[in-house]
Amino acid sequence: MLKKLDIKRFGEFWNLVRIIVLGAIALFLVYPFSSLVIQSFFSPKGTGITLSNYRDFFSLPYYSSTLRRSLSVATTTMGTSLAIGIPIAYLMTRYNVFGKKTLHAMTIMSLMSPPFIGAYSWIVLFGRSGFITKLFAKVGVVVPTIYGRGGIIMVFTLMMFPYIYLYVSAAMSNIDRSLEEAAENLGSSSLRRLWTITLPVVFPSIASGAVIVFMTSLADFGTPMLIGEGYKVLPVLIYEEYMSEMGGNANLASALSVVIVCCSSVILMIQKWLVAKRNYTMTSMRPPQVVAVSGFKRFLVSLPVYVVTIIAILPQIVVLITSFIKTNGPVFLKGFSLNSYRNILYRLSKPISNTFLYAFVAIVFIIVSGILIAYLIVRKKGRTGSLLDLLVMFPYVIPGSVLGISLLVAFNKPPLLLTGTPLILIIAYVVRKLPFTVRSSSAFLHQMDPCIEEASINLGVSPMKTFFKITARIMAPGVISGAILSWITCINELSSSIMLYTGKTATISVAVYTEVVRNSFGTAAALASILSVSTALSLFLFMRVSKGSVSVV
Amino acid sequence: MSHSVVINGVVKRYGDFTAVDKVDLSIKAGEFFTLLGPSGCGKTTLLRMIAGFNSIDSGEISFDQSVINQVPAHKRDIGMVFQNYAIFPHLDVSQNIAYGLKARRIPKQEIPALVTKALELMQITTLGKRRPSELSGGQQQRVALARAVVIEPGLLLMDEPLSNLDAKLRVQMRSVIKKLQRRLGITTIYVTHDQEEALAISDRIAVMKDGRIMQIGTPKEIYSKPQNPFVAGFIGTSNFLGCEILRTLATGDTEVLVGKQFACSLPLAKAGTHAALISVRPEQFFIADTGLHGNIELSTFLGDFINYEIRLDDGQVVEMNEYTKDMGDVRENGSSVYLQFLPQQVSVYDKETRERLSC
Repeated sequence: MLKKLDIKRFGEFWNLVRIIVLGAIALFLVYPFSSLVIQSFFSPKGTGITLSNYRDFFSLPYYSSTLRRSLSVATTTMGTSLAIGIPIAYLMTRYNVFGKKTLHAMTIMSLMSPPFIGAYSWIVLFGRSGFITKLFAKVGVVVPTIYGRGGIIMVFTLMMFPYIYLYVSAAMSNIDRSLEEAAENLGSSSLRRLWTITLPVVFPSIASGAVIVFMTSLADFGTPMLIGEGYKVLPVLIYEEYMSEMGGNANLASALSVVIVCCSSVILMIQKWLVAKRNYTMTSMRPPQVVAVSGFKRFLVSLPVYVVTIIAILPQIVVLITSFIKTNGPVFLKGFSLNSYRNILYRLSKPISNTFLYAFVAIVFIIVSGILIAYLIVRKKGRTGSLLDLLVMFPYVIPGSVLGISLLVAFNKPPLLLTGTPLILIIAYVVRKLPFTVRSSSAFLHQMDPCIEEASINLGVSPMKTFFKITARIMAPGVISGAILSWITCINELSSSIMLYTGKTATISVAVYTEVVRNSFGTAAALASILSVSTALSLFLFMRVSKGSVSVV
Repeated sequence: MSHSVVINGVVKRYGDFTAVDKVDLSIKAGEFFTLLGPSGCGKTTLLRMIAGFNSIDSGEISFDQSVINQVPAHKRDIGMVFQNYAIFPHLDVSQNIAYGLKARRIPKQEIPALVTKALELMQITTLGKRRPSELSGGQQQRVALARAVVIEPGLLLMDEPLSNLDAKLRVQMRSVIKKLQRRLGITTIYVTHDQEEALAISDRIAVMKDGRIMQIGTPKEIYSKPQNPFVAGFIGTSNFLGCEILRTLATGDTEVLVGKQFACSLPLAKAGTHAALISVRPEQFFIADTGLHGNIELSTFLGDFINYEIRLDDGQVVEMNEYTKDMGDVRENGSSVYLQFLPQQVSVYDKETRERLSC
């Protein structure tokens, strides 16, 4: 019976997809991470299963202090980002700030910048031989040092407050106006209203933003590496322990990785628990009114937003400008030239082509698997669905460097010898960036009434054809915008690339990093500018495609 | 062209819960048939089984004597109108209507004429190029109908198609649907929880509860001769009075007492137990000089009629309606009245078995 076959084929198709997807996740996520966990229980001395790595970590202050520092930096960054992000979100959603759209785009841009460009630019400006440091030195003013804890926190804050801003402003423009009107009607002053109604209602968004900030600053490797100097945090220690040629300890690095993943997971669980009872879903019939102020008042509400946004975007401007300055080795000379760009074309064109090639291949995989996984999660619920949901989101709590180490541990011997190949970088990108696409695709799928698919089947189109003609088509904007986000983060990816690259497979961000370490600031700036401009263009495309319906965070 | 549909002992289970419990129905070709019941009664589940979206656990569904249990949904040749219309959001109105035609491999050059015809039929000729997001609820409804009928299916299914419209539009679309169905002569199965809508639109109605059919009949049969207290209460309003069946008179009629007072004597089709329920609709009561005695507790003026809540001497409260045109004044709260009804209009049920006893 041919008719029966269609349905069966459709079911079989999804069973096959399910098996392939779960298999791939098992191979490229579960297996590497478990290898890492297992390795953390062995010691290089080879005395069987041992807790000595963990014991060393918690008993030796040299190691344990890094965890304390990491947590302290992450907590402080969370606090400062909230302190900046929430007021900015409030001003932007409630007042007619000048040039709102541009400011919004600039804020997203500073979030999407390569993770260490901030650190690097602040060094260029305020570092030991920075432009501004020198400028002030001429008039005898000593600028406070940019290195160490304070510097890390400053750079992190400027890079990550946009998370808070984006989450909170989205929530704030979703509160129904009547809620605040009711409070006003009950005699509550505007400040009291903000404190007792608005902020509590947007709490879940504040919490989600705060957790992202916490986890990102806990996991980030580039910034503390460049600007931390003596202030060593956990990801830097992991990198050193794993990569250093002398005295490094891969087993200890694995144990450190497990510790950091545990920290992220705990934080994520706390957030879920805090938010669970406070999820006020509301359909905003009437979004809050934007207060139109004029004259000096408008200047006053716009000023803070401008100050913060400009400081946040400053690193990228600095990078762009310095890329055109004449250099001689590490020294910047007077006047402009295209020397740095000529240099990278001559010496560093490989990382550029690598970056776009790897990111492109990764994106193809991400798009295909993103659509299929989103469909499995949303439409084919049940046990595999929720398992997939959990597994796909797991990379959120794994810092890039940890994922890098896991893949190295897992694939360093035949038959799966992938170390040093472009493939291992691509795998890392797919695993790490897939959640963006899965999330935005499933968001579209959630909004799509299953009746739409049934209507198509009812009109005589087989389930399989319906999936491609209707479902995939309707998911497309979600998939594409998610894929662009994945693309942006892929080309900017440093923390896993730095673990996985070899001379031949370096990417732009790795090259920027190594150039900065070699004090070759001009080429670093030129490379970083290429990244920034690509990011900006991609972001522009994203905004065009998503039309505001997909959030970047 | 139009199918007849026979549903034979059809069952649908979800775990321990039986959503559709051995339903038997026979729907004639060209009939407008409604599945009516409260939410959760299994009407939508049954409709989706006919459409092929829910599998059939046991029993058979056949179109024109051929069993379609194993035919996949997209091969069943059924038109369907969904509760929220399910208009494809990425296609414009014409493309939506053409979708099913293309799937049927209708020659490309014939499609535009068919689409235009469907647009004309639904009186939405100007909307062809519109996007679904630019349509009002009523317009989407018309597009959904056009899309479903343009393929000239043997059967049309409608799942609460009017529930998302406002009251006025609902009444308007009701007659649009009815006229369309008459004109095309297409067998239609319509699902609704709105009894007024069901009465207005259907040739026949199946009242469902807990996955079972409670009664099948024309709107008039269902309203005037409800087979059990559930149907009596669900269709229209009914007062259920606890009563005693007293004795059978020489004429063959049975005397019925409400609260020790003589209520009426009427012929019963079946002998029941002593305890019974008598169901009287508010408009079936009238005030007379004798009868059941009670006092008016609340009177509500509703324009064309006045509704009274009356407490009978034995404590039971009943509702009755009096037409304003028949009555000059609203009776005052507290006034003492005697209620009567015509025995041939009311229904008597066994209190235990809930079976209909009256003819």
